[in-house]
Amino acid sequence: MLLEVEHLTTEFTTRRGKVQAIRDVSFSIDKGEILALVGESGSGKSVTSLSIMGLLSSNGKVVNGHINFNGQDLTAMSEKQLRHIRGNRISMIFQEPMTSLNPVFTVGDQIMESILHHTKLSKKEAYEKMIALLETVGIPNPTKRVKDYPHQLSGGMRQRIMIAIAMSCEPELLIADEPTTALDVTIQAQILDLIYRMREQFNISVLLITHDLGVVAEAADRVAVMYCGRIVEEGTTKEILTDPRHPYTLGLLKSIPRLDDISERLYMIPGMVPPPEEVPPYCAFADRCDRCTDECRRDLPPLITTESRKVRCIHANMGK
Amino acid sequence: MSEEKQVLLSLKGLSKHFTIKQGFFKGKSSTLKAVDNISLDIYKGEAFGLVGESGCGKTTLGKMIAGLYHPTSGEIWFDGTNLADLTVRQRRTFCKDIQMIFQDPYSSLNPRMTVEEIISEPMIVNKTHKGPEIQKRVEKLLTCVGLASSYKNRYPHEFSGGQRQRIGIARAIAVNPKLIICDEAVSALDVSIQAQILNLLSDLKDEFGLTYLFIAHGLAAVKHISDRIGVMYLGSMVEVAPKEAIYDNPLHPYTKALISAIPIMDPNKRKSRILLQGDLPSPIDPPKGCRFASRCYVACNESNEAPVLCPYKGTSHLVACAHPGTNPGSRPA
Repeated sequence: MLLEVEHLTTEFTTRRGKVQAIRDVSFSIDKGEILALVGESGSGKSVTSLSIMGLLSSNGKVVNGHINFNGQDLTAMSEKQLRHIRGNRISMIFQEPMTSLNPVFTVGDQIMESILHHTKLSKKEAYEKMIALLETVGIPNPTKRVKDYPHQLSGGMRQRIMIAIAMSCEPELLIADEPTTALDVTIQAQILDLIYRMREQFNISVLLITHDLGVVAEAADRVAVMYCGRIVEEGTTKEILTDPRHPYTLGLLKSIPRLDDISERLYMIPGMVPPPEEVPPYCAFADRCDRCTDECRRDLPPLITTESRKVRCIHANMGK
Repeated sequence: MSEEKQVLLSLKGLSKHFTIKQGFFKGKSSTLKAVDNISLDIYKGEAFGLVGESGCGKTTLGKMIAGLYHPTSGEIWFDGTNLADLTVRQRRTFCKDIQMIFQDPYSSLNPRMTVEEIISEPMIVNKTHKGPEIQKRVEKLLTCVGLASSYKNRYPHEFSGGQRQRIGIARAIAVNPKLIICDEAVSALDVSIQAQILNLLSDLKDEFGLTYLFIAHGLAAVKHISDRIGVMYLGSMVEVAPKEAIYDNPLHPYTKALISAIPIMDPNKRKSRILLQGDLPSPIDPPKGCRFASRCYVACNESNEAPVLCPYKGTSHLVACAHPGTNPGSRPA
């Protein structure tokens, strides 16, 4: 296992008291595997990735759990030790490439910065490496493009630059936080294709964070579904998409407009996600669930685990 | 399409060009053709889905119809009047007939107004309702869009994204409009909320006899709500057809690529995808002839003249392509 997250709980101190954004989250990523973390806004998927990277804002804190990366516990590391890992062995790409690139430096400067900071290459070698990288991520005419500023590039190009920066130190783990959400569908297909190719070529592991199950179906090997800060279901992509066990996963899948569906009305999950300070102590999905019984409101459902799957629902019917 | 269908909105050769100042001291000016020569009929009671990637001009088109932009050339016939000819003052009488729902429910509601003030504002401005009638109508509208009428004294920040979008919808239907332009109305919402809003919109359409122009960037979202779909690319319309025809038998290579870009949920059916090369060219200096030629997989030589939108084999399926229906890998038909 490359990354093992165990019982991770992250808490934010707000004016209204302490709020737990993620509770008891556990998952692992193997070498060369793409794990998708799926959930709607407020489900805690981004907080999970920021906790791994140690990039939580000052009012956020990991209060429980461990993050083991290659056997080292990231939660026990000092900021200085973390800096050797962050951007070097674990790198991250974000949703909006325009805001993650610095507008006053050329893209060449920004890629070079990352290479020079983390490796011992000379400037000339770094430049050659950068050009090769840009070719790999599919930027046409790289020697000319490196002199451009971020605003001169399109959204898809910028995301390619971000991927080039992330790949510059040959990381073992790439965290992609909604990498295609801000992009058009045809560009989204190109970028997903690129992430997939990067995995094949460099054998990196990817933690893909997304709200779009379509993206999951395209790219991921395994999926973990989050709801209100907890993982409610985990399994291989095929299992989750064809045989969802948790009613939330099922509802999510059914509410996506599909091309092969001819019905007039879309399926919808009633109600809405409770705000983090109002998450009930019992099953958080109970109030929106059609399988809900009195038993659901008594206690937090345990994570039922079989060989490859995990489901947090007492009505999941895992017997077979 | 049957003959009895009444045309509500008819666009004839509609264009919007923006002048962009570029260069040293902004001395050089060039034209950005955001919408270029679009003709289109929208029938009463239908939902027309307008699809295209960012920068293709779909929002500009919507804004021209809503009267937020004045067209450079062309005509907008709405209920027997050419809106493009009217002055801003004359145009106001049509504001109540054409309403808009915006993409971002966070920025389209005034944070300092209560829900009641937000929803009653169009009724006061357009003088459609008076005095105590307004208050009653606000309560009725809130129930219509699935919110409790007791919410009327709250402020927008107290609501979630989906609820705010419902308030935006209530505001749009307050003045009994004939046409509602939904500009990416569900794009900013979570999937489970998206489904709720799409269903709400289609219920309201039946209840109030509305006509929708539904603008979106993806084909999957407009599928459930639209009767007909138009696909835009770089300022021009490349394909218009009833929705079944668009999905079952797309003719334009760009439409084919758009459909193929929609992720398929079933991992057993992973298909070969049409990956378009490159990005959208700049609309400031669009390619001559067919605008899609630079990204098209059909190597077509007749690119000096732009193909016009014309019926395919005499059907209501309109396509602007020299080789309609060509699949990638096969020779142009």
